[in-house]
Amino acid sequence: MRIATAKESYAADEALFDTPTQRVWLALFVAVCALFPFTANEYWLYMACLVAIHVISVTGLNIVTGFTGLVSLGQAAFMGVGAYTVAVAETRFGTPVLLNLIAAGAITAAVGAVVGIPSLRVKGLYLAIATIASSFILHFVFANWNSVTHGVSGISLPPASILGVEFGRPFALYFLIVPIAFLAVFSASNLFRTRIGRAFIAIRDRDISAEVLGIPLLRYKLMSFALSSFYAGVAGGLWAYFFRVVTPESFPFVYSIFFLAAVIVGGMGSILGSILGAVFMTMVPEVLKLGVGVMSPFLSDAVALLSPVRTIVFGGLIIGFLIFEPHGLAEIWRRIRRFFHLWPFKT
Amino acid sequence: MSDVSEPILEVRDLSLAFGGLKVLTDVSYTVPKGSVTAIIGPNGAGKTSMFNCISGFYRPKSGAIRFQGTDIGHLHPPQRAELGLARTFQNIALFRGMTVLDNIKLGRHAHMKTSLFDALAYFGRARREETELRAEVEEKIIDFLEIDHIRNKPVASLAYGLRKRVELARALAMKPKILMLDEPVAGMNREETEDMARFILDVKEEWGVTILMVEHDMGLVMDLSDHVVVLNFGQVIAAGKPAEVTSNEDVIRAYLGSGDVEVLRRTVQGEVAA
Repeated sequence: MRIATAKESYAADEALFDTPTQRVWLALFVAVCALFPFTANEYWLYMACLVAIHVISVTGLNIVTGFTGLVSLGQAAFMGVGAYTVAVAETRFGTPVLLNLIAAGAITAAVGAVVGIPSLRVKGLYLAIATIASSFILHFVFANWNSVTHGVSGISLPPASILGVEFGRPFALYFLIVPIAFLAVFSASNLFRTRIGRAFIAIRDRDISAEVLGIPLLRYKLMSFALSSFYAGVAGGLWAYFFRVVTPESFPFVYSIFFLAAVIVGGMGSILGSILGAVFMTMVPEVLKLGVGVMSPFLSDAVALLSPVRTIVFGGLIIGFLIFEPHGLAEIWRRIRRFFHLWPFKT
Repeated sequence: MSDVSEPILEVRDLSLAFGGLKVLTDVSYTVPKGSVTAIIGPNGAGKTSMFNCISGFYRPKSGAIRFQGTDIGHLHPPQRAELGLARTFQNIALFRGMTVLDNIKLGRHAHMKTSLFDALAYFGRARREETELRAEVEEKIIDFLEIDHIRNKPVASLAYGLRKRVELARALAMKPKILMLDEPVAGMNREETEDMARFILDVKEEWGVTILMVEHDMGLVMDLSDHVVVLNFGQVIAAGKPAEVTSNEDVIRAYLGSGDVEVLRRTVQGEVAA
């Protein structure tokens, strides 16, 4: 039961984590995240890093699609821009890692703002097509701008290195990627406590009355695209440091659909949903792999089935969530929370 | 009482057409500062179009709109909002995905300075502005409109009358100099209408905000307005004090069609339910 949560100041009521219980849970979660690498094996660290990269990208996509209502199917291509930025900066100029990541975010934000220009005129399906088009244009650039991207052969990177510490293995990369993911998620949560976040939601819900209420649509739609792309760029940069080879094939169009699916499954317009969606969608293929492992003694071609089954499961999940739980995993979580807040009274 | 004061809003020779359809033709009137001015007229007379021209959503074909003495014809809707033109909508335009509190806070958008970077860090200016805004919204607006019990509810769960009240709250958060209300009591029961009438008068008297409203409830118009403008087929057919307007035979005919003028007059003056 949730009791004794009365506040004495508006600032306390506006806090992101407004009850002591929430703060204790948060501290516990941070502690678990910090200690996780010392107990987990290589495989789980690898998965954790991948999940954290996806959390950043999905949070970014949720800002533009879930909160601002502008459907974008270019998130993977934007990640590609970030990854190439880092790869080029690292191999040609050898600039510091954090600077490279910021540059990746900034350049991708600029690209995203340009891609977002059609959003001023078109919405919904039409905007989705426009972003698909720009995603294919970016792929073409990755594959053919040989002097910068080395075409189809791609770019290999040395391991990231900060102040002489090398971030090569997942164990070390974990301590680079996860804090950045934390920062990204907290920044996004902060955003939606202020006028900028409210403006995004207003544009999603009723853009015409938002304009009459004093929100310049042009500026805020482009800002949303740019911010979302900044997240994608940073995620792509981390991706480059994580896999250490960037090719045009690294960011296929289905990867964009994967991110959109994560937003839908997690919960559109929910920061928590971005986290849950990214974790869930990244782990589903692993669970399927486990299933294949169990089945293989009984089914001779279980491994060959993995790929089609994965596609079917992804498709089924998206359809299932759209029909039965349109607000995603975040809503399920809220229901569970509400149950415990009201327990033992009738819910 | 306010007939002598200078106009806060002046509409001159405004014409609006959608293709061949003339919606407004040479409409001119003034809204005295500190008054309650009502625009009345039959359905389709162009009242809401008039509002949309003032808030910048429609671009009139010709004519001028002057607010506090300056022409605002070239300004975009957000710039007009920043100047102090606030409005509510006939079909309630609240943001369904937000709570009541966030909807009201959104009204202040144009007067805040928090930048994207402040917002991401929620530090310094963002924290200060948001806390100040919260205090002001709570103490001035939510208390005044008696909506403290619903402040954390999503607007989608509210009853119609409360939604109208939240929309008024959001418009008040815009620091309005002139508040445009598009049918503030349409579809409300008697009690809700009386509450809304009380709020409108309080806004005018305590907040010193000029009110321009479109309303079909003649009783309310007669009771609240200092000044009435009658539109019919996109033209002003009468303007003046409520009593003058309702005894104008043109108005009675335009508004209620033909029939016994004496009965119609009593209807228009709110003595007989329409």
